Amino acid sequence: MTAAKKKRGTAAFYDVDGTLIKTNVVHAYAYYALNTPYLAKKLTKTAGLLASLPAYWLADKFDRRKFNEHFYKNYAGYSEDRLVVIGEEVFENVIRPNIFKGARSLIDKSREQGHRQILITGALDVITEPLADYLGVDEFVANRLEMKDGVATGRLAKPVLAGANKALWVRRYAEKHEIDLDGSFAYADSGSDIPLLSVVGHPCAVNPDFRMKTNARAYDWPILNLE
Amino acid sequence: MAENSNNVVYLDEDSAPRYLHYAEDFLTYKFPAGTRAIYANPPMKPIENRGAAIRYALNHPEGDVDPLFAQLEPGMKVAIAIDDISVPLPPMKTPDIRQEVLEIVVQMLEDHGVEDIEMFMALALHRRMTPAEIKRSVGAKIFDKYYPERLYNMDAEDPDSMVYLGQTDHGEDVEVVRAAAESDLLIYVNVNYVPMNGGYKSIGTGMSGYKSIRHHHNPDTIAKSDSYMDPENSALYDSNTRIGKFINEKLNVFHIETALNNKMYDDNLDFLAKNEDDWTGADHMKFRSFRWALNKAPRAAKRALFHKVPAPYGLIGVFAGETEATHAKTLEKCWQQHAVEVEGQSDVVIYGIPFESPYNVNSIMNPLLVRVMALGYFFNMYRGKPLIKKDGTLIITHPCYDEFDPDHHPSYIEFFNRCLPETRNSHKLAHKFEQEFAHNPSYIEMFRRGNAYHGVHPFYMWYWCENGANHVGRVIVVGAENEHVPERLGWERAETMDDALEMAKETHGPSPSISLLNHPPYIITDVK
Repeated sequence: MTAAKKKRGTAAFYDVDGTLIKTNVVHAYAYYALNTPYLAKKLTKTAGLLASLPAYWLADKFDRRKFNEHFYKNYAGYSEDRLVVIGEEVFENVIRPNIFKGARSLIDKSREQGHRQILITGALDVITEPLADYLGVDEFVANRLEMKDGVATGRLAKPVLAGANKALWVRRYAEKHEIDLDGSFAYADSGSDIPLLSVVGHPCAVNPDFRMKTNARAYDWPILNLE
Repeated sequence: MAENSNNVVYLDEDSAPRYLHYAEDFLTYKFPAGTRAIYANPPMKPIENRGAAIRYALNHPEGDVDPLFAQLEPGMKVAIAIDDISVPLPPMKTPDIRQEVLEIVVQMLEDHGVEDIEMFMALALHRRMTPAEIKRSVGAKIFDKYYPERLYNMDAEDPDSMVYLGQTDHGEDVEVVRAAAESDLLIYVNVNYVPMNGGYKSIGTGMSGYKSIRHHHNPDTIAKSDSYMDPENSALYDSNTRIGKFINEKLNVFHIETALNNKMYDDNLDFLAKNEDDWTGADHMKFRSFRWALNKAPRAAKRALFHKVPAPYGLIGVFAGETEATHAKTLEKCWQQHAVEVEGQSDVVIYGIPFESPYNVNSIMNPLLVRVMALGYFFNMYRGKPLIKKDGTLIITHPCYDEFDPDHHPSYIEFFNRCLPETRNSHKLAHKFEQEFAHNPSYIEMFRRGNAYHGVHPFYMWYWCENGANHVGRVIVVGAENEHVPERLGWERAETMDDALEMAKETHGPSPSISLLNHPPYIITDVK
């Protein structure tokens, strides 16, 4: 008698911003800006942020990677421990109230099916960690700020997690952990995450933007609207 | 009894061409002499004062139960389950009969001091109805007062809103909506126009989820159901009876059933239900201009237009009380309206498939729904024995377009493109894929929060055809606009009806017996 072939595990990969929550990195940064301890700096940062919003929006639409590179300069000068504390506050005050109603049950159902639960996001790790704990997922991967002497430089550590890099991370993760990608799921909202959805057997467009919706329609991917 | 010459017509050389539904269009064809064309009974005379009939039924219940008013007392909890948009087809002109029943029932409850009332659309695994669709069914008065807190779509995938009641003596799991399980009185508001619906099926299936429904919506039970329209020979009906009786033992159920006549066309189009030889000149002209206009319009526009045309059904019976006794009365009315006696089976049976099925109201009739209309519903419209002989040839007309509604039928798309290319065998499909689809978290969320049918629903559509597919020798589809849809369904394709009939002759010899069914309106053949 031969030994039974070992069954490979399956996973569900979730983009976060716009997919599980209705905020994005700009909201999170706004909270940071408003929580700067010095009033003058606070006003400057807030005003600066508001003035930059249209540019950020455009950059985000056209190139998520470039957007990330520019946007995270705003974090330059924050100490590591301060980022962690504010990350928890951001979660409590900005992220948690904005988790889509269906996100929790989607994850719960998926977990019941035996899929490993993984968040994969371009947001910062300090903000994602409390969310991951709250949702009870098995693992998360997020962008990290480059630190020098315990202070953020304003750059993201390489490789920046966005677009095709998310798909690459998923493929490598699957190889390393013997995950069956054909039996795995992925959820994302943005056209920039089409590569992420393309590598799994069960892609699902969640609250899709125009580009994602067009692709989902073309490839017959299910479209889920979470509120 | 002999065939009724008004309903059953044998065509001769001089007979007019017959029309056939062809999705959002019509085809016409001059059938060979000797073809038996079968027409629906004319609509039964409707009850004029519906309100009085409803009140009478509530006050004079069937079976050994008290009238509704006598069961009411202040402070009690009442749940009202309401049939969803899958019945009737097409949707009825407003006021919907559900609205008329509910307005009287709710008034009666309020007059007797009952304030704790919850109403839910008994969807089972069907799609959630939109607020506008619910409002259309129950009327603005009820909707404005109760929606969304106390009038809502049931959610069979929400563990908090479903309650497990136990198992029948056949091991069938029974779960129902919590509001019903925890009520002092459950009132079921039903709409009936075919014998398959109503009775124990209402509570046994309508208020259940996958855990319960899988016990009878499976290939084995369907294969053992010799016509779903014939309760005495239906394993599906038996299972629902067991589950329904189990629920009735646990809950206090008061059933309200309404039987509709078959007036599907308004006076302007009612010639479509008649023998073409009896059409007037004006009827022919209307039909030609109708076809001309349809021919010019894009398919999506025709579809939208057809879905907006309601049917002027008349109420032919309303009964209330104990489930079995109430349903027996409803069945009597159904048979009176729909049964047409015919003598003998045919080698070849022909149907035109219209634009709508129970599962694509305000949506697209996708290939799986075309199949379920042909081999599931139309095939089963018989009592006694099928109209078509064993191994006979079924000819249908439909474009078989490869179109799906991604909001209503997302799991159908995967089923059609992933499962069917691998196998058409119901047991293999059930074994290999059903659980995966039923528990797919994406489909569950789309079912719960969007307007999607449950992930398992395309399997049920496939199983629903099991006895039809086992009985019929071959299916030929006339007018399919592509090769791959008929091929994937296991069907043959013919360019024209001439070609299809020639193909049938290869199997049945030069002079096959042919029956042509002119439904809708629906006909249930009593084959002698």
